[in-house]
Amino acid sequence: MKKFMNSADDFLKESLQGFGAAHQDIVNCHYDPNFITRATPTKEGKVALISGGGSGHEPMHGGLVGYGMLDAACPGFVFSSPTPDQMLAAAEKVDSGAGVLFIVKNYSGDVMNFQMAAEMMQGPNESVLTNDDVAVEDSSFTTGRRGVAATVVVEKIVGSLAEHGGSLQECKALGDKVNKNSGSMGVAFSSCTVPAAGKPNFDIGDDEMEFGVGIHGEPGRRRDKMKSAQEITNELLEAINEDLKPETNEEILLFVNGMGGTPLTELYLIYDNAKNMLDKKNIKISRSLVGNYCTSLEMQGASITLTKLDEELLKHWDSSVHTAAMRWGV
Amino acid sequence: MSVNFLIHRAKEIQAVIDANASEIEKLDQEIGDGDHIFNVQRGIKLVIELEAVIKDLPISKALNQIAMKVLSGIGGSSGALFGTLFMTMAKGKDIDNGVDYKKAIEIFADGVEAVKQRGKADVGEKTMMDVLIPVSNCLKKGVEDNKDVKEILQEAIEVAEKGMFSTKDLLATKGRASFLGERAKGHIDPGARSSQLMIKTVCESVLNS
Repeated sequence: MKKFMNSADDFLKESLQGFGAAHQDIVNCHYDPNFITRATPTKEGKVALISGGGSGHEPMHGGLVGYGMLDAACPGFVFSSPTPDQMLAAAEKVDSGAGVLFIVKNYSGDVMNFQMAAEMMQGPNESVLTNDDVAVEDSSFTTGRRGVAATVVVEKIVGSLAEHGGSLQECKALGDKVNKNSGSMGVAFSSCTVPAAGKPNFDIGDDEMEFGVGIHGEPGRRRDKMKSAQEITNELLEAINEDLKPETNEEILLFVNGMGGTPLTELYLIYDNAKNMLDKKNIKISRSLVGNYCTSLEMQGASITLTKLDEELLKHWDSSVHTAAMRWGV
Repeated sequence: MSVNFLIHRAKEIQAVIDANASEIEKLDQEIGDGDHIFNVQRGIKLVIELEAVIKDLPISKALNQIAMKVLSGIGGSSGALFGTLFMTMAKGKDIDNGVDYKKAIEIFADGVEAVKQRGKADVGEKTMMDVLIPVSNCLKKGVEDNKDVKEILQEAIEVAEKGMFSTKDLLATKGRASFLGERAKGHIDPGARSSQLMIKTVCESVLNS
């Protein structure tokens, strides 16, 4: 294992300290329990948005705290759910009286811990559960579809509504709608190593790829031999389209997300290839996002997310945002 | 059941789990991600370390402190599930006025029911619920049938063992082992094994007292 680290025990703390210091104009990092808030208190009457999950997916979620997006984020240990004491401390800090909306990715550890925090909380709160990963079949016999990159889109759009005075119920409803309007699928060329484990999460051959991989390196749909970028892109989009069923001339957001170890050069190449295919299908790309937003440590790979946009979603996607990882309109 | 009782049983459980640590770790490496034994050991250690803080507290407050400790100290799914067990037990009616064996069984059964709800797992899914649910049912039935406490505990030890072994031939539908499909068959669930050991330890300790 080669990593920039001094000790596995201090890995998260030192990274959080660096993040807090580098972005002190935007965020405040709090420790024991760990959570990140905006540098300025929540405006009175504004619904507070709190997300969180295991670390290792940066910039999600800490890098999405700031004006127009989250009010707080709770980072767990690498690939391990945060705990209710973190969410309760964060909620106490950022709840301005209008209630708290938790945005939670669908993994059993995250769901249980956020659920417990919600039960222990005094004030009004709601939760949005993201499960955009189309690689996993949704069935009552499994934990269900995983929450992946569309969580970023949910946080942007709901963040805007909250900033513009949306109520707790309205924010919850919009979050559910964005999640339902989104589908994602990823592919990995290499594995990733959790610092405390010291060895790769899974083995993969030089000429292989895991198709439909999860953001912790969980198995996807199948192990395939490497293919051309256009073929991979087509297969990812076909899987998403089959689930999302965008209509001809429907406007969508095309989000090409890097898993951490794939250069932007390749992410833009995927964007080009995705555009080729979507143009052929007369699906209108009206907004774009390309970059590393929902990562899996140093994993080489990428995911594509499509979100169907209507007027309301477009308006909230375009509104100003000022976080460490996303900034426009300010 | 008193705070003192809880601390002593935790210390006994620690010794038994440590003695069986390599076996549990091996089971988890076969079908999980290998961290179960460390989570269990860390959780027990944290509870024992609470001794000075909780020893003079009413039992409801002590159970609540234990719940918060395992919740934040273990983390992940295990923390949430064990945290739920203790938090629910802490809510038992009138427990600060004394907990006899009937009351102890009642709050344990309520706790197991809450864990079942939290994890959305039932008997037959290759988890610790294959031990906890039958044991809870056996204890409740023993009380209903007015059986002698020693007989009830003896039965609980047997039911726990049977539940633990039953996980061997099950398919996993919850947790990480579920990704393995058929490959998980033939292996005992590590969570079922650690739960069975804990139940055996507590029951035997009461039987021998």
